[in-house]
Amino acid sequence: MADLIPLLQAEHLTMRFGGVVANDDINFTLEEMELRCLIGPNGAGKSTFFKTLTGQLVPTSGAIAFRGQPIAGKLSHEIARMGIGIKTQVPNVFNGLSVRENIWLAVRRKATPRAQGPAVDAVLQMIRLTDQGDRIVATLSHGQRQWVEIGMVLAAEPELILLDEPAAGMTDEETLHTAAIIREINQTRAIIVVEHDMEFIKQIAKKVTVFHQGRVLVEDTVDKVLADQRVRDVYLGKKVTA
Amino acid sequence: MTIRFRLVAQAAAVLIAIVAIVLIPSVIELFAMMQLTLFAAMAVLALSLAFIWGFGGILSFGQTAFFGLGGYAYAISAINFQDSTPSILLAIIVPALFAAILGYFIFFGRISDVYLGVITLTVTLILFNCVNSTSGDEYRIGKALLGGFNGIPAVPTFNVPFHPDQVLSPEQSWWVTGGALLGIFLLLRLLLSLPAGRVIVAVRENEVRASLLGYDPRKVKLLTFILSGAIAGFAGALYVNWGAFVGPTIFSLSLSAEIIIWITVGGLGTLLGPIIGCVLIEYIVAYIGSQQALNSNLVLGAVLVVFVLLLPKGLVPTARDLLMRLVPASKPKAQHADDHAPPPVAASRMAGAE
Repeated sequence: MADLIPLLQAEHLTMRFGGVVANDDINFTLEEMELRCLIGPNGAGKSTFFKTLTGQLVPTSGAIAFRGQPIAGKLSHEIARMGIGIKTQVPNVFNGLSVRENIWLAVRRKATPRAQGPAVDAVLQMIRLTDQGDRIVATLSHGQRQWVEIGMVLAAEPELILLDEPAAGMTDEETLHTAAIIREINQTRAIIVVEHDMEFIKQIAKKVTVFHQGRVLVEDTVDKVLADQRVRDVYLGKKVTA
Repeated sequence: MTIRFRLVAQAAAVLIAIVAIVLIPSVIELFAMMQLTLFAAMAVLALSLAFIWGFGGILSFGQTAFFGLGGYAYAISAINFQDSTPSILLAIIVPALFAAILGYFIFFGRISDVYLGVITLTVTLILFNCVNSTSGDEYRIGKALLGGFNGIPAVPTFNVPFHPDQVLSPEQSWWVTGGALLGIFLLLRLLLSLPAGRVIVAVRENEVRASLLGYDPRKVKLLTFILSGAIAGFAGALYVNWGAFVGPTIFSLSLSAEIIIWITVGGLGTLLGPIIGCVLIEYIVAYIGSQQALNSNLVLGAVLVVFVLLLPKGLVPTARDLLMRLVPASKPKAQHADDHAPPPVAASRMAGAE
Protein backbone atom coordinates (compact mmCIF):
# COMPACT_ATOMS: atom_id res chain seq x y z
CA MET A 1 0.00 0.00 0.00
CA ALA A 2 2.86 2.31 0.81
CA ASP A 3 3.70 3.27 -2.73
CA LEU A 4 0.08 4.02 -3.66
CA ILE A 5 -1.40 7.48 -3.31
CA PRO A 6 -2.96 7.75 0.15
CA LEU A 7 -6.67 8.53 0.37
CA LEU A 8 -6.04 11.65 2.36
CA GLN A 9 -2.82 13.48 3.00
CA ALA A 10 -2.36 16.70 4.92
CA GLU A 11 1.07 18.30 4.88
CA HIS A 12 2.26 21.09 7.15
CA LEU A 13 -1.33 22.11 7.72
CA THR A 14 -1.63 25.25 9.83
CA MET A 15 -4.76 27.14 10.80
CA ARG A 16 -4.51 30.41 12.70
CA PHE A 17 -7.32 32.51 14.14
CA GLY A 18 -5.61 35.79 14.91
CA GLY A 19 -3.06 34.87 17.53
CA VAL A 20 -4.50 31.44 18.23
CA VAL A 21 -2.95 28.55 16.37
CA ALA A 22 -5.68 25.91 16.19
CA ASN A 23 -3.76 23.56 13.91
CA ASP A 24 0.01 23.80 13.95
CA ASP A 25 2.01 22.11 11.20
CA ILE A 26 -0.05 18.95 11.08
CA ASN A 27 1.07 16.04 8.94
CA PHE A 28 -1.58 13.39 8.57
CA THR A 29 -1.95 10.47 6.21
CA LEU A 30 -4.92 8.15 5.82
CA GLU A 31 -4.86 5.04 3.64
CA GLU A 32 -7.78 3.65 1.65
CA MET A 33 -10.28 1.78 3.82
CA GLU A 34 -8.60 2.84 7.00
CA LEU A 35 -10.46 3.51 10.23
CA ARG A 36 -8.76 6.19 12.28
CA CYS A 37 -9.70 7.71 15.59
CA LEU A 38 -8.73 11.23 16.55
CA ILE A 39 -8.61 11.97 20.24
CA GLY A 40 -7.39 14.85 22.30
CA PRO A 41 -8.65 17.22 24.96
CA ASN A 42 -11.00 20.10 24.16
CA GLY A 43 -9.32 22.76 22.09
CA ALA A 44 -6.77 20.36 20.65
CA GLY A 45 -7.82 21.30 17.12
CA LYS A 46 -9.73 18.18 16.07
CA SER A 47 -12.87 19.96 14.88
CA THR A 48 -10.80 22.68 13.21
CA PHE A 49 -8.94 19.94 11.37
CA PHE A 50 -12.27 18.50 10.17
CA LYS A 51 -13.41 21.93 9.07
CA THR A 52 -10.35 22.48 6.94
CA LEU A 53 -10.84 19.03 5.39
CA THR A 54 -14.42 19.89 4.38
CA GLY A 55 -13.89 23.42 3.16
CA GLN A 56 -15.64 25.12 6.05
CA LEU A 57 -12.32 26.78 6.81
CA VAL A 58 -9.48 27.67 4.50
CA PRO A 59 -6.15 26.69 6.08
CA THR A 60 -3.64 29.47 6.69
CA SER A 61 -0.91 27.38 5.12
CA GLY A 62 -0.17 23.80 4.15
CA ALA A 63 -1.68 21.40 1.68
CA ILE A 64 -4.41 18.77 1.76
CA ALA A 65 -4.75 16.17 -0.94
CA PHE A 66 -7.65 13.79 -1.40
CA ARG A 67 -6.49 10.94 -3.66
CA GLY A 68 -3.78 13.24 -4.90
CA GLN A 69 -6.18 16.10 -5.70
CA PRO A 70 -5.54 19.30 -3.75
CA ILE A 71 -8.62 20.32 -1.74
CA ALA A 72 -7.39 23.09 0.57
CA GLY A 73 -9.29 26.26 -0.30
CA LYS A 74 -12.03 24.51 -2.24
CA LEU A 75 -15.62 25.18 -1.28
CA SER A 76 -17.60 22.77 0.88
CA HIS A 77 -19.91 21.59 -1.87
CA GLU A 78 -17.00 20.95 -4.25
CA ILE A 79 -15.25 18.81 -1.64
CA ALA A 80 -18.50 17.03 -0.85
CA ARG A 81 -18.90 16.18 -4.53
CA MET A 82 -15.37 14.75 -4.58
CA GLY A 83 -16.50 12.27 -1.96
CA ILE A 84 -15.93 13.49 1.56
CA GLY A 85 -18.90 13.41 3.92
CA ILE A 86 -18.99 14.76 7.46
CA LYS A 87 -21.15 14.54 10.53
CA THR A 88 -20.40 17.74 12.40
CA GLN A 89 -20.01 18.09 16.13
CA VAL A 90 -23.25 20.01 16.62
CA PRO A 91 -25.98 18.17 14.68
CA ASN A 92 -26.33 19.86 11.31
CA VAL A 93 -29.66 18.64 9.98
CA PHE A 94 -32.63 20.11 8.16
CA ASN A 95 -34.71 20.74 11.28
CA GLY A 96 -37.92 21.77 9.53
CA LEU A 97 -38.07 18.76 7.22
CA SER A 98 -39.07 15.16 7.83
CA VAL A 99 -36.54 12.44 8.56
CA ARG A 100 -37.25 10.83 5.23
CA GLU A 101 -36.75 14.09 3.37
CA ASN A 102 -33.44 14.71 5.14
CA ILE A 103 -32.15 11.36 3.97
CA TRP A 104 -33.62 11.81 0.51
CA LEU A 105 -31.76 15.10 0.04
CA ALA A 106 -28.52 13.20 0.61
CA VAL A 107 -29.51 10.24 -1.57
CA ARG A 108 -30.66 12.14 -4.61
CA ARG A 109 -27.26 13.53 -5.52
CA LYS A 110 -26.14 10.06 -6.55
CA ALA A 111 -29.13 7.78 -7.00
CA THR A 112 -31.40 7.70 -10.03
CA PRO A 113 -35.01 8.70 -9.29
CA ARG A 114 -36.06 5.07 -9.37
CA ALA A 115 -33.41 4.00 -6.88
CA GLN A 116 -34.01 6.85 -4.44
CA GLY A 117 -36.95 5.34 -2.57
CA PRO A 118 -35.30 2.02 -1.76
CA ALA A 119 -32.04 3.77 -0.91
CA VAL A 120 -33.82 6.01 1.60
CA ASP A 121 -35.56 2.98 3.11
CA ALA A 122 -32.27 1.14 3.48
CA VAL A 123 -30.66 4.04 5.31
CA LEU A 124 -33.71 4.53 7.54
CA GLN A 125 -33.50 0.88 8.50
CA MET A 126 -29.79 1.13 9.23
CA ILE A 127 -30.25 4.10 11.55
CA ARG A 128 -33.38 2.43 13.00
CA LEU A 129 -35.75 5.31 12.28
CA THR A 130 -38.01 3.54 9.79
CA ASP A 131 -41.19 4.21 11.77
CA GLN A 132 -40.14 7.79 12.49
CA GLY A 133 -39.69 8.60 8.80
CA ASP A 134 -42.49 11.16 8.60
CA ARG A 135 -41.59 13.01 11.78
CA ILE A 136 -40.15 16.50 11.59
CA VAL A 137 -36.51 16.29 12.62
CA ALA A 138 -36.79 19.20 15.07
CA THR A 139 -39.15 17.08 17.21
CA LEU A 140 -36.64 14.24 17.64
CA SER A 141 -34.29 13.72 20.58
CA HIS A 142 -30.68 14.80 20.38
CA GLY A 143 -29.51 11.22 19.91
CA GLN A 144 -32.00 10.63 17.11
CA ARG A 145 -30.94 13.83 15.37
CA GLN A 146 -27.38 12.52 15.51
CA TRP A 147 -28.67 9.41 13.78
CA VAL A 148 -30.39 11.45 11.11
CA GLU A 149 -27.15 13.23 10.39
CA ILE A 150 -25.17 9.99 10.32
CA GLY A 151 -27.84 8.62 8.00
CA MET A 152 -27.46 11.57 5.67
CA VAL A 153 -23.72 11.12 5.54
CA LEU A 154 -24.09 7.41 4.76
CA ALA A 155 -26.81 8.06 2.21
CA ALA A 156 -24.54 10.34 0.21
CA GLU A 157 -22.11 7.39 -0.17
CA PRO A 158 -18.88 9.32 0.26
CA GLU A 159 -15.45 7.72 -0.15
CA LEU A 160 -14.26 9.18 3.11
CA ILE A 161 -16.49 9.68 6.13
CA LEU A 162 -15.65 12.10 8.92
CA LEU A 163 -17.57 11.64 12.16
CA ASP A 164 -17.21 14.33 14.81
CA GLU A 165 -18.34 12.89 18.14
CA PRO A 166 -20.91 10.48 16.70
CA ALA A 167 -21.79 8.98 20.07
CA ALA A 168 -22.32 12.24 21.96
CA GLY A 169 -25.70 12.33 23.66
CA MET A 170 -26.42 8.68 22.94
CA THR A 171 -27.35 5.96 25.42
CA ASP A 172 -24.98 3.03 25.93
CA GLU A 173 -27.15 0.86 23.74
CA GLU A 174 -27.21 3.47 20.98
CA THR A 175 -23.45 3.87 21.28
CA LEU A 176 -23.00 0.12 20.75
CA HIS A 177 -25.16 0.32 17.67
CA THR A 178 -23.12 3.26 16.38
CA ALA A 179 -19.92 1.26 16.85
CA ALA A 180 -21.48 -1.63 14.93
CA ILE A 181 -22.47 0.65 12.08
CA ILE A 182 -19.02 2.22 11.95
CA ARG A 183 -17.39 -1.20 11.72
CA GLU A 184 -19.85 -2.19 9.02
CA ILE A 185 -19.31 0.85 6.81
CA ASN A 186 -15.58 0.53 7.30
CA GLN A 187 -15.81 -2.64 5.21
CA THR A 188 -16.15 -0.43 2.16
CA ARG A 189 -15.08 3.11 3.15
CA ALA A 190 -12.42 4.95 5.04
CA ILE A 191 -13.53 6.70 8.22
CA ILE A 192 -12.05 9.21 10.63
CA VAL A 193 -13.80 9.44 14.00
CA VAL A 194 -13.34 12.12 16.62
CA GLU A 195 -14.45 10.88 20.04
CA HIS A 196 -13.88 11.45 23.71
CA ASP A 197 -15.48 8.23 24.88
CA MET A 198 -12.58 5.83 25.45
CA GLU A 199 -14.82 2.78 25.71
CA PHE A 200 -16.26 3.63 22.33
CA ILE A 201 -12.78 4.05 20.86
CA LYS A 202 -11.67 0.70 22.21
CA GLN A 203 -14.65 -0.86 20.46
CA ILE A 204 -13.82 0.47 17.03
CA ALA A 205 -10.26 1.71 16.85
CA LYS A 206 -7.32 0.27 15.08
CA LYS A 207 -5.02 3.23 14.81
CA VAL A 208 -5.34 6.37 16.92
CA THR A 209 -3.98 9.87 16.43
CA VAL A 210 -3.75 12.10 19.47
CA PHE A 211 -4.02 15.85 19.02
CA HIS A 212 -2.71 18.23 21.62
CA GLN A 213 -2.59 22.01 21.38
CA GLY A 214 -3.00 21.93 17.64
CA ARG A 215 -0.25 19.39 17.03
CA VAL A 216 -0.11 15.66 16.53
CA LEU A 217 1.17 14.25 19.80
CA VAL A 218 1.23 10.51 19.10
CA GLU A 219 0.01 8.22 16.39
CA ASP A 220 -0.10 4.52 17.09
CA THR A 221 -2.31 1.51 17.75
CA VAL A 222 -5.06 1.94 20.28
CA ASP A 223 -3.40 -0.11 23.02
CA LYS A 224 -0.09 1.67 22.78
CA VAL A 225 -1.73 5.08 22.70
CA LEU A 226 -3.84 4.39 25.75
CA ALA A 227 -0.76 3.11 27.60
CA ASP A 228 1.28 6.16 26.64
CA GLN A 229 2.20 8.29 29.62
CA ARG A 230 2.10 11.53 27.62
CA VAL A 231 -1.46 10.84 26.48
CA ARG A 232 -2.53 10.21 30.05
CA ASP A 233 -0.89 13.44 31.14
CA VAL A 234 -2.63 15.38 28.37
CA TYR A 235 -6.01 14.14 29.46
CA LEU A 236 -5.25 14.86 33.06
CA GLY A 237 -4.08 18.34 32.12
CA LYS A 238 -0.40 18.01 32.89
CA LYS A 239 2.25 19.79 30.88
CA VAL A 240 3.73 17.72 28.09
CA THR A 241 6.66 18.32 25.83
CA ALA A 242 5.48 16.97 22.52
CA MET B 1 -55.51 6.88 0.14
CA THR B 2 -54.78 10.18 1.82
CA ILE B 3 -52.46 11.20 -0.97
CA ARG B 4 -55.14 10.46 -3.54
CA PHE B 5 -57.68 12.32 -1.43
CA ARG B 6 -55.35 15.28 -1.24
CA LEU B 7 -54.81 15.29 -4.99
CA VAL B 8 -58.54 15.16 -5.67
CA ALA B 9 -59.16 17.98 -3.19
CA GLN B 10 -56.42 20.06 -4.75
CA ALA B 11 -57.76 19.49 -8.24
CA ALA B 12 -61.23 20.47 -7.00
CA ALA B 13 -59.88 23.62 -5.41
CA VAL B 14 -58.14 24.61 -8.64
CA LEU B 15 -61.33 23.95 -10.57
CA ILE B 16 -63.33 26.12 -8.16
CA ALA B 17 -60.73 28.86 -8.53
CA ILE B 18 -60.97 28.70 -12.32
CA VAL B 19 -64.75 28.86 -12.24
CA ALA B 20 -64.60 31.79 -9.81
CA ILE B 21 -62.21 33.69 -12.06
CA VAL B 22 -64.38 33.06 -15.11
CA LEU B 23 -67.67 33.98 -13.40
CA ILE B 24 -66.62 37.03 -11.40
CA PRO B 25 -67.23 39.59 -14.19
CA SER B 26 -70.83 38.45 -14.59
CA VAL B 27 -71.45 38.48 -10.83
CA ILE B 28 -69.96 41.74 -9.57
CA GLU B 29 -69.91 45.34 -10.72
CA LEU B 30 -67.26 46.85 -12.93
CA PHE B 31 -65.73 48.94 -10.17
CA ALA B 32 -65.37 46.00 -7.81
CA MET B 33 -63.96 43.91 -10.61
CA MET B 34 -61.37 46.58 -11.40
CA GLN B 35 -60.44 46.58 -7.75
CA LEU B 36 -60.07 42.82 -7.80
CA THR B 37 -57.83 43.14 -10.85
CA LEU B 38 -55.56 45.44 -8.86
CA PHE B 39 -55.60 43.10 -5.88
CA ALA B 40 -54.72 40.14 -8.08
CA ALA B 41 -51.76 42.02 -9.59
CA MET B 42 -50.58 42.91 -6.09
CA ALA B 43 -51.10 39.32 -4.98
CA VAL B 44 -48.67 38.19 -7.69
CA LEU B 45 -46.15 40.60 -6.12
CA ALA B 46 -47.00 39.09 -2.73
CA LEU B 47 -46.29 35.62 -4.12
CA SER B 48 -42.86 36.70 -5.33
CA LEU B 49 -41.85 37.65 -1.79
CA ALA B 50 -43.74 34.73 -0.24
CA PHE B 51 -41.60 32.42 -2.35
CA ILE B 52 -38.19 33.95 -1.72
CA TRP B 53 -38.80 34.76 1.96
CA GLY B 54 -41.00 31.88 3.03
CA PHE B 55 -39.30 29.12 1.08
CA GLY B 56 -35.91 30.53 0.13
CA GLY B 57 -35.35 32.08 3.55
CA ILE B 58 -34.14 35.30 1.95
CA LEU B 59 -35.81 38.46 3.22
CA SER B 60 -35.51 40.77 0.24
CA PHE B 61 -36.65 44.36 0.62
CA GLY B 62 -36.07 44.74 -3.07
CA GLN B 63 -39.19 43.15 -4.47
CA THR B 64 -40.51 46.61 -5.34
CA ALA B 65 -37.29 47.24 -7.28
CA PHE B 66 -38.14 44.31 -9.55
CA PHE B 67 -41.82 45.23 -9.49
CA GLY B 68 -40.98 48.76 -10.61
CA LEU B 69 -38.45 47.63 -13.19
CA GLY B 70 -41.07 45.29 -14.62
CA GLY B 71 -43.61 48.10 -14.69
CA TYR B 72 -41.24 50.51 -16.42
CA ALA B 73 -39.94 47.86 -18.81
CA TYR B 74 -43.52 47.08 -19.78
CA ALA B 75 -44.54 50.74 -20.14
CA ILE B 76 -41.49 51.77 -22.19
CA SER B 77 -41.64 48.87 -24.58
CA ALA B 78 -45.44 48.99 -24.89
CA ILE B 79 -45.19 52.63 -25.97
CA ASN B 80 -42.41 51.82 -28.41
CA PHE B 81 -43.81 48.62 -29.90
CA GLN B 82 -47.49 49.48 -29.47
CA ASP B 83 -47.97 45.76 -28.74
CA SER B 84 -48.11 44.28 -25.27
CA THR B 85 -46.88 40.83 -26.35
CA PRO B 86 -43.11 41.49 -26.32
CA SER B 87 -43.58 44.07 -23.57
CA ILE B 88 -44.86 41.52 -21.07
CA LEU B 89 -41.90 39.30 -21.88
CA LEU B 90 -39.53 42.22 -21.35
CA ALA B 91 -41.23 43.01 -18.04
CA ILE B 92 -40.17 39.53 -16.95
CA ILE B 93 -36.72 39.40 -18.58
CA VAL B 94 -35.41 42.83 -17.53
CA PRO B 95 -36.03 42.40 -13.78
CA ALA B 96 -34.75 38.81 -13.99
CA LEU B 97 -31.49 40.00 -15.55
CA PHE B 98 -31.21 42.74 -12.98
CA ALA B 99 -31.80 40.18 -10.21
CA ALA B 100 -29.17 37.92 -11.77
CA ILE B 101 -26.52 40.66 -11.70
CA LEU B 102 -27.42 41.96 -8.24
CA GLY B 103 -27.84 38.45 -6.85
CA TYR B 104 -24.53 37.31 -8.28
CA PHE B 105 -22.65 39.90 -6.25
CA ILE B 106 -24.73 39.31 -3.13
CA PHE B 107 -24.62 35.53 -3.04
CA PHE B 108 -21.27 34.81 -4.65
CA GLY B 109 -19.75 37.60 -2.59
CA ARG B 110 -21.08 35.74 0.47
CA ILE B 111 -22.79 38.79 1.86
CA SER B 112 -24.69 38.03 5.06
CA ASP B 113 -28.46 38.19 5.42
CA VAL B 114 -28.50 41.53 7.20
CA TYR B 115 -26.54 43.22 4.46
CA LEU B 116 -28.72 41.56 1.87
CA GLY B 117 -31.65 43.41 3.41
CA VAL B 118 -29.73 46.68 3.42
CA ILE B 119 -28.51 46.26 -0.16
CA THR B 120 -31.92 45.39 -1.60
CA LEU B 121 -33.47 48.29 0.29
CA THR B 122 -30.81 50.68 -0.96
CA VAL B 123 -31.13 49.50 -4.55
CA THR B 124 -34.84 50.25 -4.38
CA LEU B 125 -34.13 53.76 -3.11
CA ILE B 126 -31.50 54.33 -5.79
CA LEU B 127 -33.93 53.28 -8.51
CA PHE B 128 -36.59 55.56 -7.05
CA ASN B 129 -34.24 58.54 -7.06
CA CYS B 130 -32.88 57.78 -10.52
CA VAL B 131 -36.30 57.44 -12.09
CA ASN B 132 -37.60 60.39 -10.09
CA SER B 133 -35.00 62.69 -11.61
CA THR B 134 -35.76 61.91 -15.24
CA SER B 135 -38.13 64.78 -15.96
CA GLY B 136 -37.36 66.63 -19.16
CA ASP B 137 -37.35 65.83 -22.83
CA GLU B 138 -33.80 64.52 -22.84
CA TYR B 139 -34.87 61.48 -20.79
CA ARG B 140 -36.60 59.31 -23.31
CA ILE B 141 -36.19 55.75 -24.45
CA GLY B 142 -37.37 55.57 -28.03
CA LYS B 143 -40.80 57.12 -28.09
CA ALA B 144 -41.31 56.82 -24.34
CA LEU B 145 -40.77 59.94 -22.24
CA LEU B 146 -39.76 58.88 -18.72
CA GLY B 147 -41.41 61.91 -17.14
CA GLY B 148 -39.60 61.98 -13.79
CA PHE B 149 -41.93 62.24 -10.84
CA ASN B 150 -44.96 62.48 -13.11
CA GLY B 151 -44.31 59.06 -14.51
CA ILE B 152 -45.52 57.68 -17.82
CA PRO B 153 -49.23 58.20 -18.48
CA ALA B 154 -51.39 56.57 -21.13
CA VAL B 155 -49.45 53.33 -21.33
CA PRO B 156 -51.05 50.96 -23.84
CA THR B 157 -52.75 48.16 -21.94
CA PHE B 158 -52.72 44.46 -22.79
CA ASN B 159 -53.91 43.35 -26.20
CA VAL B 160 -54.61 39.98 -27.72
CA PRO B 161 -51.15 38.50 -28.37
CA PHE B 162 -49.73 39.84 -31.65
CA HIS B 163 -52.92 41.78 -32.39
CA PRO B 164 -52.17 45.30 -31.15
CA ASP B 165 -55.53 46.60 -32.40
CA GLN B 166 -57.54 44.22 -30.19
CA VAL B 167 -57.11 45.78 -26.76
CA LEU B 168 -58.47 43.72 -23.89
CA SER B 169 -61.69 44.82 -22.23
CA PRO B 170 -61.71 45.24 -18.41
CA GLU B 171 -63.32 41.79 -18.15
CA GLN B 172 -60.62 40.21 -20.27
CA SER B 173 -57.99 42.08 -18.28
CA TRP B 174 -59.43 40.56 -15.12
CA TRP B 175 -59.31 37.09 -16.62
CA VAL B 176 -55.69 37.60 -17.59
CA THR B 177 -54.70 39.01 -14.19
CA GLY B 178 -56.70 36.53 -12.12
CA GLY B 179 -55.51 33.72 -14.37
CA ALA B 180 -51.92 34.91 -14.01
CA LEU B 181 -52.25 34.84 -10.24
CA LEU B 182 -53.61 31.29 -10.32
CA GLY B 183 -50.94 30.30 -12.84
CA ILE B 184 -48.05 31.69 -10.77
CA PHE B 185 -49.49 30.09 -7.65
CA LEU B 186 -49.67 26.69 -9.33
CA LEU B 187 -46.23 27.14 -10.87
CA LEU B 188 -44.70 27.80 -7.45
CA ARG B 189 -46.65 24.91 -5.92
CA LEU B 190 -45.34 22.62 -8.61
CA LEU B 191 -41.77 23.89 -8.26
CA LEU B 192 -41.85 23.39 -4.48
CA SER B 193 -43.00 19.80 -4.88
CA LEU B 194 -40.22 19.02 -7.37
CA PRO B 195 -36.72 18.03 -6.22
CA ALA B 196 -35.42 21.49 -7.16
CA GLY B 197 -37.96 23.08 -4.83
CA ARG B 198 -37.07 20.73 -1.99
CA VAL B 199 -33.44 21.75 -2.39
CA ILE B 200 -34.45 25.42 -2.11
CA VAL B 201 -36.20 24.65 1.17
CA ALA B 202 -33.24 22.58 2.35
CA VAL B 203 -30.89 25.52 1.80
CA ARG B 204 -33.28 27.68 3.83
CA GLU B 205 -33.26 25.09 6.61
CA ASN B 206 -29.51 24.62 6.84
CA GLU B 207 -27.07 26.11 4.41
CA VAL B 208 -24.03 24.44 5.93
CA ARG B 209 -25.58 21.00 5.76
CA ALA B 210 -26.72 21.56 2.20
CA SER B 211 -23.22 22.47 1.09
CA LEU B 212 -21.71 19.54 3.02
CA LEU B 213 -24.01 17.28 0.99
CA GLY B 214 -22.71 18.80 -2.22
CA TYR B 215 -25.36 21.41 -2.99
CA ASP B 216 -24.06 24.85 -3.89
CA PRO B 217 -26.14 27.24 -1.73
CA ARG B 218 -24.94 30.27 -3.67
CA LYS B 219 -26.34 28.91 -6.90
CA VAL B 220 -29.59 27.79 -5.31
CA LYS B 221 -30.15 31.18 -3.70
CA LEU B 222 -29.24 33.05 -6.87
CA LEU B 223 -31.77 31.06 -8.92
CA THR B 224 -34.41 31.63 -6.23
CA PHE B 225 -33.65 35.34 -6.31
CA ILE B 226 -33.88 35.49 -10.12
CA LEU B 227 -37.19 33.61 -10.25
CA SER B 228 -38.62 35.80 -7.53
CA GLY B 229 -37.45 38.92 -9.39
CA ALA B 230 -39.03 37.68 -12.60
CA ILE B 231 -42.37 37.12 -10.85
CA ALA B 232 -42.24 40.56 -9.25
CA GLY B 233 -41.51 42.07 -12.66
CA PHE B 234 -44.46 40.26 -14.18
CA ALA B 235 -46.61 41.65 -11.34
CA GLY B 236 -45.34 45.09 -12.36
CA ALA B 237 -46.64 44.59 -15.90
CA LEU B 238 -50.02 43.46 -14.54
CA TYR B 239 -50.13 46.52 -12.31
CA VAL B 240 -49.33 48.92 -15.14
CA ASN B 241 -51.92 47.22 -17.31
CA TRP B 242 -54.49 47.88 -14.59
CA GLY B 243 -53.80 51.61 -14.27
CA ALA B 244 -52.33 52.36 -17.73
CA PHE B 245 -49.82 54.40 -15.77
CA VAL B 246 -46.44 53.97 -14.11
CA GLY B 247 -44.63 56.44 -11.85
CA PRO B 248 -41.57 56.31 -9.59
CA THR B 249 -43.68 55.75 -6.48
CA ILE B 250 -43.86 52.15 -7.71
CA PHE B 251 -40.37 51.87 -6.12
CA SER B 252 -41.59 53.35 -2.84
CA LEU B 253 -40.51 52.09 0.53
CA SER B 254 -44.05 52.03 1.83
CA LEU B 255 -44.97 49.41 -0.77
CA SER B 256 -41.91 47.36 0.21
CA ALA B 257 -43.09 47.43 3.79
CA GLU B 258 -46.66 46.65 2.80
CA ILE B 259 -45.67 43.39 1.08
CA ILE B 260 -44.00 42.28 4.27
CA ILE B 261 -47.18 43.07 6.19
CA TRP B 262 -49.29 41.05 3.72
CA ILE B 263 -47.09 38.03 4.30
CA THR B 264 -46.91 38.45 8.06
CA VAL B 265 -50.70 38.66 8.21
CA GLY B 266 -51.35 35.83 5.76
CA GLY B 267 -48.65 33.50 7.02
CA LEU B 268 -44.99 33.14 6.18
CA GLY B 269 -44.03 29.80 4.65
CA THR B 270 -47.29 29.39 2.76
CA LEU B 271 -48.35 30.55 -0.69
CA LEU B 272 -52.06 30.94 -0.03
CA GLY B 273 -51.53 33.08 3.09
CA PRO B 274 -49.78 35.98 1.37
CA ILE B 275 -52.52 36.11 -1.28
CA ILE B 276 -55.19 36.31 1.38
CA GLY B 277 -53.13 38.78 3.41
CA CYS B 278 -52.59 40.96 0.36
CA VAL B 279 -56.25 41.06 -0.67
CA LEU B 280 -57.43 41.60 2.89
CA ILE B 281 -55.01 44.42 3.65
CA GLU B 282 -55.48 46.10 0.28
CA TYR B 283 -59.23 45.93 0.75
CA ILE B 284 -58.97 47.50 4.20
CA VAL B 285 -56.64 50.22 2.91
CA ALA B 286 -58.97 51.00 0.01
CA TYR B 287 -61.97 51.06 2.35
CA ILE B 288 -60.27 53.38 4.83
CA GLY B 289 -59.14 55.58 1.96
CA SER B 290 -62.76 56.07 0.92
CA GLN B 291 -63.85 56.89 4.50
CA GLN B 292 -61.33 59.64 5.32
CA ALA B 293 -61.89 59.00 9.03
CA LEU B 294 -58.69 57.15 9.83
CA ASN B 295 -55.17 57.27 8.52
CA SER B 296 -54.56 54.03 6.63
CA ASN B 297 -50.89 53.82 7.61
CA LEU B 298 -51.90 54.02 11.24
CA VAL B 299 -54.31 51.13 10.76
CA LEU B 300 -51.71 49.12 8.85
CA GLY B 301 -49.24 49.61 11.66
CA ALA B 302 -51.83 48.57 14.22
CA VAL B 303 -52.73 45.47 12.20
CA LEU B 304 -49.06 44.49 11.98
CA VAL B 305 -48.53 44.93 15.72
CA VAL B 306 -51.66 42.93 16.55
CA PHE B 307 -50.64 40.09 14.27
CA VAL B 308 -47.05 39.94 15.45
CA LEU B 309 -48.22 39.85 19.06
CA LEU B 310 -51.33 37.67 18.82
CA LEU B 311 -51.04 35.61 15.64
CA PRO B 312 -47.33 35.52 14.90
CA LYS B 313 -47.76 32.65 12.46
CA GLY B 314 -50.35 34.49 10.39
CA LEU B 315 -53.86 33.61 9.27
CA VAL B 316 -53.37 30.51 7.16
CA PRO B 317 -51.02 28.55 9.45
CA THR B 318 -53.19 29.45 12.46
CA ALA B 319 -56.35 28.33 10.67
CA ARG B 320 -54.63 25.14 9.63
CA ASP B 321 -53.49 24.41 13.19
CA LEU B 322 -57.03 25.01 14.44
CA LEU B 323 -58.47 22.68 11.81
CA MET B 324 -55.91 20.01 12.63
CA ARG B 325 -56.98 20.20 16.24
CA LEU B 326 -60.73 20.24 15.55
CA VAL B 327 -60.83 17.60 12.86
CA PRO B 328 -58.83 14.57 13.94
CA ALA B 329 -56.51 13.36 11.20
CA SER B 330 -59.23 11.75 9.04
CA LYS B 331 -60.16 14.96 7.21
CA PRO B 332 -57.15 17.19 7.16
CA LYS B 333 -58.66 19.48 4.59
CA ALA B 334 -61.01 22.35 4.18
CA GLN B 335 -61.69 25.20 1.88
CA HIS B 336 -61.54 28.51 3.51
CA ALA B 337 -60.89 30.92 0.74
CA ASP B 338 -64.56 31.58 0.07
CA ASP B 339 -65.19 33.90 2.99
CA HIS B 340 -62.95 36.56 1.57
CA ALA B 341 -64.81 37.35 -1.57
CA PRO B 342 -62.01 37.68 -4.04
CA PRO B 343 -59.11 35.28 -3.77
CA PRO B 344 -59.32 33.57 -7.09
CA VAL B 345 -57.09 30.96 -5.71
CA ALA B 346 -59.24 28.86 -3.49
CA ALA B 347 -56.45 26.47 -3.85
CA SER B 348 -54.87 23.77 -1.96
CA ARG B 349 -53.46 23.70 1.49
CA MET B 350 -49.82 23.90 2.07
CA ALA B 351 -49.38 20.50 3.60
CA GLY B 352 -45.95 19.08 3.05
CA ALA B 353 -44.53 22.28 1.69
CA GLU B 354 -43.14 23.90 4.78
